[in-house]
Amino acid sequence: MSGLKDRYRAVADILAPSWNKVWAVCRKELAVYFASPVAYIVAAVFLLFSGYFFSIILSITREASLRLLFQNVAIVMLLVAPMLTMRLFAEERKLGTFELLVTSPLRISELVAGKFLGAVILFLAIMAVTLEYPLILVVYGEPDWGPMAATYLGFILMGTAFLAIGMFASSLTDNQIVAVVASFGILLFLWIIGWASDLIPSTAIGMFVRSISIIDRFESFSKGVIDTGDLAYYLSVIGTFIFLTIRSLDWRRW
Amino acid sequence: MIKVNKLSRRFGTTIALDEVSLGVEKGEIVGLLGPNGAGKTTMMRIITGYLAPTSGTATVAGFDVRENSLEARRRIGYLPETVPVYSELTVREYLKFTGALHDLSPAQIAEKIGACMERTGVAGVSHRLIGHLSKGYRQRVGLAQALLHDPELLILDEPTVGLDPTQVVEIRGLIKELSRSHTVILSSHILPEVSHICSRVIIIDRGRIVGVGTQEELEKSLKGAEIIAVQFKNAGPGAEEALRGIPGVHGVRAGTEPESFLVESGLGIDIREEIFNLAVARRWPILEMRVVSMGLEEVFHRLTRQEEAAS
Repeated sequence: MSGLKDRYRAVADILAPSWNKVWAVCRKELAVYFASPVAYIVAAVFLLFSGYFFSIILSITREASLRLLFQNVAIVMLLVAPMLTMRLFAEERKLGTFELLVTSPLRISELVAGKFLGAVILFLAIMAVTLEYPLILVVYGEPDWGPMAATYLGFILMGTAFLAIGMFASSLTDNQIVAVVASFGILLFLWIIGWASDLIPSTAIGMFVRSISIIDRFESFSKGVIDTGDLAYYLSVIGTFIFLTIRSLDWRRW
Repeated sequence: MIKVNKLSRRFGTTIALDEVSLGVEKGEIVGLLGPNGAGKTTMMRIITGYLAPTSGTATVAGFDVRENSLEARRRIGYLPETVPVYSELTVREYLKFTGALHDLSPAQIAEKIGACMERTGVAGVSHRLIGHLSKGYRQRVGLAQALLHDPELLILDEPTVGLDPTQVVEIRGLIKELSRSHTVILSSHILPEVSHICSRVIIIDRGRIVGVGTQEELEKSLKGAEIIAVQFKNAGPGAEEALRGIPGVHGVRAGTEPESFLVESGLGIDIREEIFNLAVARRWPILEMRVVSMGLEEVFHRLTRQEEAAS
């Protein structure tokens, strides 16, 4: 009888994660981010480069658009995302706090959700500061709202996908440098694989290669095109790497 | 409270635990004693759900630590060997976080946090960053974390390691006090610690249990395997070698007096007669021969050493 009850409880546990715990992990994550200099330095570097690109691109093109800006900032994001996610699990492992998290009644899925949410909130906070660029465009020019909104949506989706990949890399090691290099490696691979499609354009392999390239997808967003295929691509990258993170942490018990 | 049945754990080809079975009753305070690398931490990590066993089962309050991990974990307060604290958080922030992990609502945390910090002696530093605290205080914060949700079972891995003598005494006192309201299992490689605090001792070595019982029981279980202290006259340098040659003798150490030896024998073998015969044959006058009763320290050394001889 109690076995049956337990089973129901187990089912309920899977279907309804404890958002209190997810939120607790997320808040702790943000507290640690903001207590360490890493978040500030990463944000400063990101904003410095994006500001530089914004002013340079604007003065050359005289075009009230964010398209070129965010295509360039995407490269900065390639470096920034691994730095935001490197500590997520690697640091917990190193400090031994991972043992605390895993032995408390917290499911791995809740832990991963809370950590990911923390990283995404930090990323969104940095992105919020970049809203000054469209604001400047609105004040001094007449930008097209649609493409600007699409650019932001695309960039946030791409950045979130980067974070999911970085989180996965961090779950593999207790060394933050390894986590950074591994996630940068995966991201760079998914980036440059698009170039290969130029060499073999018309074949099935070329099509496939282009379809997994992480940057080609963003370009259509920045042109103002929101394609469901592109949306699905980023969401499935995010979902896949969250899932892989959960699995890799689970396997580590064996 | 804890039932462990034929638990094994391998790391590659190394066997950390080898078919270990043990039980801990509610209200007990049990010490896991063993040299470093004996398998104490592995055992605790399996009970707390951090590691999966290679084979065998373990239950906490009737919940299997694999099948019903979450329910088992809800009932455990765990202090790992490396105190799991975040330097960037204040003591209060940290305890709020760990409380939330243990299903406590903010109201419950608010209600319990004060008493818990008082009890562990960290109330005075509640607003300081953990990174700025001394090792002793961090240990206390770790204990506070393990206690906050009022678990039925406390698992403490080497709770006094790295503390100065005053802090050790304080933490031991605290653990002793906690054992009145909780079942406690603690590990240590320091004998006096375990014999002072614990009602029962489990001696573990190379992944196997080599002795279980109260301090008195362990000492008694080796009756008949006492150490014989013997002192000869004019025996010369060959005496130690000759004593080693007696069947059943496991070890010979030099005693404090000249030409005196401490002879350890196997379980249940009385070698006094053999020593006498040897002395007569070699014409070594025996100045003294007596049975040395073994303290827990001796039991520990012997049990872990016999394991070595057997392997």
